[in-house]
Amino acid sequence: MNNSLVELNNCGVFRNQKWLVRGVSLKVSQGEIVTLIGPNGSGKSTTAKMSLDILKPDEGTNTIKKDIRISYVPQKISIDWSLPLRSIDFVNLVTKHKTSEINDALGITGIQHLINEDVRNLSGGEFQRLLMARAIAKEPHFLVLDEPVQGVDYSGEIALYKTIQEIVKKINCGILLISHNLHVVMSQTDYVICLNGHVCCSGIPSSVIKDQEYIKLFGSNIDPTLSLYKHNHDHHHLPDGSIKEADKNK
Amino acid sequence: MFDDFIIRAFVAGIGLALITGPLGCFIIWRRLSYFGDTIAHSALLGVVIAYAMNFNLIIAVFAVSCFIALSLLFLQKRTNLPDDALLGLLAHSVLAIGLVLLGILSFIRIDLMGLLFGDILSVNITDVLFVWVGGSIVLIVLILIWRPLFAATVNLELAKAEGLNADLANAIFTILIASVIAISIKIVGILLITGLLIIPAAASRNLSSTPIQMAIISSVIGLVSVVLGLQTSMIWNSPTGPTILAIALGVFTLSLIPLKKLLISKKKIELSN
Repeated sequence: MNNSLVELNNCGVFRNQKWLVRGVSLKVSQGEIVTLIGPNGSGKSTTAKMSLDILKPDEGTNTIKKDIRISYVPQKISIDWSLPLRSIDFVNLVTKHKTSEINDALGITGIQHLINEDVRNLSGGEFQRLLMARAIAKEPHFLVLDEPVQGVDYSGEIALYKTIQEIVKKINCGILLISHNLHVVMSQTDYVICLNGHVCCSGIPSSVIKDQEYIKLFGSNIDPTLSLYKHNHDHHHLPDGSIKEADKNK
Repeated sequence: MFDDFIIRAFVAGIGLALITGPLGCFIIWRRLSYFGDTIAHSALLGVVIAYAMNFNLIIAVFAVSCFIALSLLFLQKRTNLPDDALLGLLAHSVLAIGLVLLGILSFIRIDLMGLLFGDILSVNITDVLFVWVGGSIVLIVLILIWRPLFAATVNLELAKAEGLNADLANAIFTILIASVIAISIKIVGILLITGLLIIPAAASRNLSSTPIQMAIISSVIGLVSVVLGLQTSMIWNSPTGPTILAIALGVFTLSLIPLKKLLISKKKIELSN
């Protein structure tokens, strides 16, 4: 029984006389978060693009399940000044949604009040939240997040990662996540792939952090107890900084 | 009714303005203004071919424009040169080939001024039909490909990743530009068509807050410029195409006035009183 949404089989991309990444195999199934970690230029985004079929692998095969909804949060996106574009238009970019759905999605990422704001007036963090909201509104089967929380403030970052987990539960989608936050990666993902031009090591988080290759890349001074430490707030903050009532299911 | 050349001019001009509005917006959004110029320059070759083979002018220009547009797509994939270099290469080499052919085929007599600046007062009933039938097709196709084209304009990879056929939409869009330039040759000429595409859209940018709004307002501004331009040119006996563009520039200048801000500050003053 094969329930995978996306599968890469020994994939590589060759550009300008060198392999950007080679020999990558991965599988994302429903309800699963797979995370890519690795230093700059290690081929994380390239791998994500192969899984979306934006880049055709020069060797190996990429298979995407037919007729699934896909959402993509790219690493970099810049809106040209000449484009008059409000948040609501941006959410409707690929698929048209009902206003109530858009409100919900913007609410989840905490920017509901910016629905009619021009996209160019958003701050970096707000724009990142908008990208997430657009991806969520589609209720995708497969969601690719390329460093989705860059530029988001620290409390917002944790809240957004929590949101990601909630989405997986709610709509049961598969997620391919690229992240630099090892703390989050190690505590909230099902499967970790450590890239450095090739797959250095992969597995469930608790086994990856013991891997020699991982220690070589990220250093042994990352205390596994610290990176696995689930820190429990007795309260959490709303995007505007006010305190929401204490978390009850602790 | 179409016997009167003035009426034909109005009908053709208005039809053209309605198409150039939304297309001009995409040209601005995608930073393709130089692309419009390139296609327009290469139109000379189409004109020479049409005269040499005694062929319909608009169809010949359309064919050459499409060829240039598709060559550009091909060169973009095959070379590492930046787009503006490729456009310069195509524009001037095709213009040169057109001029060489024109020199060799010495029996051809072309009204060069008419070609460069257009002569809206000389359009015949066939030209009017080309504008309205061709223009309607262009508009319908643009509406059909709006979503993938617009998504690809905002972010190509995102559009592709989420299953839109962005490459196809881009290719169709270049063909649409080629057709509009072919249609407009007789009306505003090859030197001025980029202006008719860009100036109304630029003015519209200052007045609109959503993409569709910008496309519609751009058409309206184009329409106003054509109507006022034609009338002005008759009163002053000035060349029509340039007059239309001058009026469009006037509208653009007016659009720079920050109406919303003025209204808001007026209200504030009223409130504080």
